[in-house]
Amino acid sequence: MLTLLAYVVLTIFLLGFLSRIIIYARAPAPLKIATTPAPTTLPGVAWRLFTEVVFFNSLFKSDKLAWAGGLAFHGAMAVVLIRHLRYFVDPLPAWVGPLQIFGIVAGIVMAAALAFLLLRRFVFERVKYISSKADHLFLVLLLAIAGSGLLMDFCVRPNIVDIKTRMMSMWSAMTGLPPLNSAGDVIFLLHILLVGLLLVIFPFSKLMHAGGIFFSPTRNQVDNPREKKHVTPWAEP
Amino acid sequence: MADYHVPVVGDDIKTPDLKASTMAHLQPYPATAKHMDPMGFPGERVENWQQKGIEKLGELLKKYRSLQVYLDICVKCGACTDKCHYYLGTQDAHNMPVKRAELMRSVYRRYFTPAGKLFPNLVNATDFDEETLGKWFTYFHQCSQCRRCSVFCPFGIDTAEITMAAREIMNAIGVGHKYSVEIIGKVHQLGNNLGIPKPALKGTLEFLEEEILDTTGHDVRLPLDQEGADVLLVAPSADFFSEPHIQSLMGYAKVFHQAGISFTISSYASEAANFGMFIGSYDQQKKIARRVVEQARALKVKRLVVGECGHAWRVAYAFWNTLNGPLDFLDPRYPAPQHICEFTHDLLGQGALTLDREANDNLRVTFHDSCNVARATRMGPKAGGQFEIPRDLIRASCNHFVDMDEDTIREKTFCCGGGGGLLTDELMDLRIRGVLPRVTALKQVMERDKVNFMALICAICKAQFTKVLPMYGIPMDLVGGVHQLVSNAIQLGAKKGVV
Repeated sequence: MLTLLAYVVLTIFLLGFLSRIIIYARAPAPLKIATTPAPTTLPGVAWRLFTEVVFFNSLFKSDKLAWAGGLAFHGAMAVVLIRHLRYFVDPLPAWVGPLQIFGIVAGIVMAAALAFLLLRRFVFERVKYISSKADHLFLVLLLAIAGSGLLMDFCVRPNIVDIKTRMMSMWSAMTGLPPLNSAGDVIFLLHILLVGLLLVIFPFSKLMHAGGIFFSPTRNQVDNPREKKHVTPWAEP
Repeated sequence: MADYHVPVVGDDIKTPDLKASTMAHLQPYPATAKHMDPMGFPGERVENWQQKGIEKLGELLKKYRSLQVYLDICVKCGACTDKCHYYLGTQDAHNMPVKRAELMRSVYRRYFTPAGKLFPNLVNATDFDEETLGKWFTYFHQCSQCRRCSVFCPFGIDTAEITMAAREIMNAIGVGHKYSVEIIGKVHQLGNNLGIPKPALKGTLEFLEEEILDTTGHDVRLPLDQEGADVLLVAPSADFFSEPHIQSLMGYAKVFHQAGISFTISSYASEAANFGMFIGSYDQQKKIARRVVEQARALKVKRLVVGECGHAWRVAYAFWNTLNGPLDFLDPRYPAPQHICEFTHDLLGQGALTLDREANDNLRVTFHDSCNVARATRMGPKAGGQFEIPRDLIRASCNHFVDMDEDTIREKTFCCGGGGGLLTDELMDLRIRGVLPRVTALKQVMERDKVNFMALICAICKAQFTKVLPMYGIPMDLVGGVHQLVSNAIQLGAKKGVV
């Protein structure tokens, strides 16, 4: 059952994400609107986007606390996701094994950063003012995912070997329920359902910033409007 | 005048506490049928305006990637909340860029996203109703499209794009802003924003020629509609009539004269400004800009040079080629179009001009980066040339130059408070408050470095500053163009022609 659900969730996520990306890609950018100073070459633009995505350059310029919280959360999440490969891949690539300890630390950093990001939505006047219920709920959801994950690491360990065996064997069968023999197994079920929920709302929410940033014209355009005539279909002369 | 609220200038730019709706009262004058009809906009609010407005938003989402992406991806991190000069000057929550954009985002969610259709309360989705439209008309006319927020946004979300779309939607349902729409009408009728007819323009240029002859003894020409000139000079029309703008116009003329390069002004395209951008209309931008390209062909010039005007330079630099290009009939050895600062800078580099810095020894100068030049264009071949080239010209023209606080210059520059189609008297309250961050930084260098001249390269900035700085006790003659300094310093007759 759970495996079937996982496939449904993944399908919604992938198709939803892809359809948003297609919408972004198809929408024309009729005019050159790069925020200058901007790179004058394509490799320059690639570097600009890289630094934005990996180091959050612009955010660093504007809000050091948001930058620190955001970077800590995203960076830690990346490590945690890599660590999670061990639950999905068989055989496990050799390089993932030693990452275990980093993964645990990253899990703690991720939860702490999320708690900070949530806190600032209640403490800082302006951020508080602009936050909606949905903004809080996203953070609560992520925090619950991270929290349930850490809980399994430190308090109530589910029988993960058993779960993995049964899940992988169900990969084709798609029937049956995951084992619910202990508190750990229940937390595991909660963990995976919350992740499913996150993935389902992902394409229909602000979480699309993950793909959208690559389509931001102020960041992804080459600053060469005089050198090269920029033409888009609906705006042809 | 007396009833305007002039904020107290602090020692430093501080982010003020939030207050709801301090500027909710301030709406611009609505356009009437007289202004709207010639643009092809409905003369009054259309009957089914809600439906039409939502349809227009849907149409724009398909036409502008910026709008689609920027309405989707804001995570409300809050990084922009202290970046807008109008927020810093008014404390009004809706003048935080994220809240301004939220006015459109909440409507977008309601009609275009599943969450907004199903759970409007949870995600802050609102109907496009009377109250919302009222807020749109108010707060999308309290954005000067300066793009400072886009510099600081982790995704580059550009509120100017959202403001432009909002104004386009409002125009489509017959809710226009008189100032911008009326001015566009004048361009189509008379060739310029100020509505100067050809005889008056001719008279002014002749008067200026006499003026230069009287003060310098040199016969510097300001030709009008002269076929076969090397350069078509397209200046903001304020350069023909307003102080201190006119000082820069004389500066351009002296540079052309000294370099021995012939130029002409066109009466048909006597305007570099393009208010089509302010109202978000691609068609109007194109139509207004077409006058320039048509004249460049008709007058058989080899080069196009644009005068000191911020948004005009954005339209010229970033959009002309797309809108009416290619400009391949011009001399390929020069950028097309070229900014007057690039033009003068090149000549200076070639040794064609002699500037006497001592002529400006009475001045201690700082430079105000105008937003559209700083954040939407370039000068010269290198990124950031738009900051260095004007500063080079200033340093070559005077002995005392100092920059303002680094958080208020270059790409972090603060708007003058009057850009984006807001340079109109009924918005004076907003303009006075919006200039506060710039005034704060200016007062710092006035006190510390005894600065008594702020050079800049934008007609709107010049008009705005000369009007609002006196309210802060700063004399209006503290403001002037970069080419006003060049005009003072240039040595006529010492050397002539390009080497």
